[in-house]
Amino acid sequence: MGHDMKKLIASLVELSGPSGYEQIVRAYIKTQVETIADEISIDPLGNLICRKGEKKSNGQKVMLAAHMDEIGVIVTHIDEQGFARFTNIGGVFPEYILGSRVRFLDGTLGVIGSERLDDRTKVPKITQMYLDVGSDSPANSPIKIGDVAAFYRPMTILNDRLVSKSMDDRIGVAILIETMRALDNSPHEVVFVFSVQEEVGLRGATTAAFGVNPDIGIAVDVTRTGDTPKGHKMEVVLGKGPAIKVRDGGMLSDPRIVEKLVAAAKRKRIPHQIEILLSGTTDARAIQLTRSGVPSGCISVPCRYLHSQSEMVSYSDAQNAVKLLLEFLAKPIRL
Amino acid sequence: MTTKKQSTPTTPQIRRPQLRLLERLCNAVAVSGDESEVRKIVIDELKTHVDDLVVDNLGNVLITRSGNARNRLKVMIAAHMDEVGFMLTTDEDDGLFRFDFVGGIDVRQIAGKPVIVGSDHVPGVIGLKPIHLLSPDERKQNVSLETLRIDMGPGGSSKAQIGERATFATPFQRTGPSIRAKALDDRIGVASLIELVKHAPTTIDLQAAFTVQEEVGLRGARVAAYHFDPDIAIALDCTPAYDLPTWDGSENVEYNTQLDKGPALYVADSRTLSDPRLIRHFVNTAEIHNIPYQFRQPGGGGTDAGTIHRQREGIPSISISVPGRYLHTAGSICRMSDWRNTLSLVYNAIHSLSKGMLKQPRG
Repeated sequence: MGHDMKKLIASLVELSGPSGYEQIVRAYIKTQVETIADEISIDPLGNLICRKGEKKSNGQKVMLAAHMDEIGVIVTHIDEQGFARFTNIGGVFPEYILGSRVRFLDGTLGVIGSERLDDRTKVPKITQMYLDVGSDSPANSPIKIGDVAAFYRPMTILNDRLVSKSMDDRIGVAILIETMRALDNSPHEVVFVFSVQEEVGLRGATTAAFGVNPDIGIAVDVTRTGDTPKGHKMEVVLGKGPAIKVRDGGMLSDPRIVEKLVAAAKRKRIPHQIEILLSGTTDARAIQLTRSGVPSGCISVPCRYLHSQSEMVSYSDAQNAVKLLLEFLAKPIRL
Repeated sequence: MTTKKQSTPTTPQIRRPQLRLLERLCNAVAVSGDESEVRKIVIDELKTHVDDLVVDNLGNVLITRSGNARNRLKVMIAAHMDEVGFMLTTDEDDGLFRFDFVGGIDVRQIAGKPVIVGSDHVPGVIGLKPIHLLSPDERKQNVSLETLRIDMGPGGSSKAQIGERATFATPFQRTGPSIRAKALDDRIGVASLIELVKHAPTTIDLQAAFTVQEEVGLRGARVAAYHFDPDIAIALDCTPAYDLPTWDGSENVEYNTQLDKGPALYVADSRTLSDPRLIRHFVNTAEIHNIPYQFRQPGGGGTDAGTIHRQREGIPSISISVPGRYLHTAGSICRMSDWRNTLSLVYNAIHSLSKGMLKQPRG
């Protein structure tokens, strides 16, 4: 793990994969897991599904999910001067994006500008903004209506902290890959799902969970923190370990899953916290509601500045999330 | 009900009979939850053209036409039978009824409009205080639903009961290159799908879903997709065109779609991200056959594809719409050219669908 996981995270966060267009991310993950998974498939919506291990007599079929997609923008109109109007894919906050750069899937770069702002005390709407891709007419524009782009920023390291766009949820992807690599001798059949279209409504996990039909579901995603000046009222702190979710805006974790995760953390003295999130939700909600219902929970990596281009996580929290998952999967899980 | 008829596939067309059929479909009343009038037309038109026809528990008409090529894809096409409208909620005697909306209707669009109520199409009007009696202040006020009534005249209470549905009374009219009617959303899709079933390509298994309750949340399509479990799905719908000049002469950058620019292909709305392989396939088909097309501006809204693609293990989906002005009002307008080009594009696109396409990476 160690040094390699940091490199893996850097490679993952710098890829472009707006919801619905995860191909670049999927192809990269495939190269990482090809030699460590027992079986790999891609479902009709593009979820990458990797199985490792067989279900032993005391084991379960455990689905782990981390989403490949990230928020982004999509072009709605190219005007007579070649400026492109756009709208959001997923939860793009206007206050974070003016002046930033985006990258289209073919590599084309663009800058976000805005109409004249008469009132600078108000955040402009996305409909007042446009993309400038360096063209001056629709005819010579390298982009067209419907083209998608992701934000464009390299990763930065600040002591133990990693800062980048799309930590949400490439950090979860990295945790799943490292867990798959290290997993050995588990009584469980573990199905690692790298899901699509989470940011637009958990769509990939919905269909993946139907196909996988697991006994237990765990999402690995990011969560907010309550440790910044005049920030959210929340107990979760960056660097104090992965957060075991009790509830969020869309799901109540199965109490048995919470208990087993806490017990696993205690057994191995892995730093951890309890997460109670008031808004937002994760793929665990979609898994929980599949077919006849699936006992589900979520391990969250605390993350500051969510849905900005400087999402900040603690590297040690990510490492501890891998340890927690490995310990959880090492023992039988009796519900 | 199963009546099988094998005929040589021919190309779908839009001529006088198809226009007459669209007229009957638009003039029928099928407000969400009671789609029986349209369902009857669909069944009458298609019962001799199908390999299988079922009306499911929610009222969807689900039709299969099997092809004969090897390795065929199951292709579901959905068009919704229902329309937005009104439901009578309180009988206030003398033929006056309070009512509520069924589906999305802007209250500012309805005052003063003639309506038809119930299965007998009893005429009524949505009344409002006339201009003679309005004070200058009242003229500036927005109308609220609570102040409006459907007035069916004396004896009205014996003609209709609460729970019955009503819709705009606008009769269908063809005017040169245009069609004006109520409920073009989505009778134009229903008429197109009827034509596609009659001329289904033999290269695929066509699964036609004439769905219910789209306007109240894509409810019919959800169970229809579960039933069919297709390889690919296409929602055939009607989407707003707000392609009018701006009042200050600046460039209109929020029009959704434009009339006479051809079928509108969806890349993204609030419920679906269309499968990029299907977008490429439709674009390539349009270019090969010289059919004009446009991309609907990505943004809000949703079609039956929004629920279809999430069923079972996931179903690659796309939506394609005929653009229409003033949808969900008494008088929507579509162009004949857009209807023809939409039908032609969908027909040619499904004709050339193959399993190889789904083997490419999704995008």
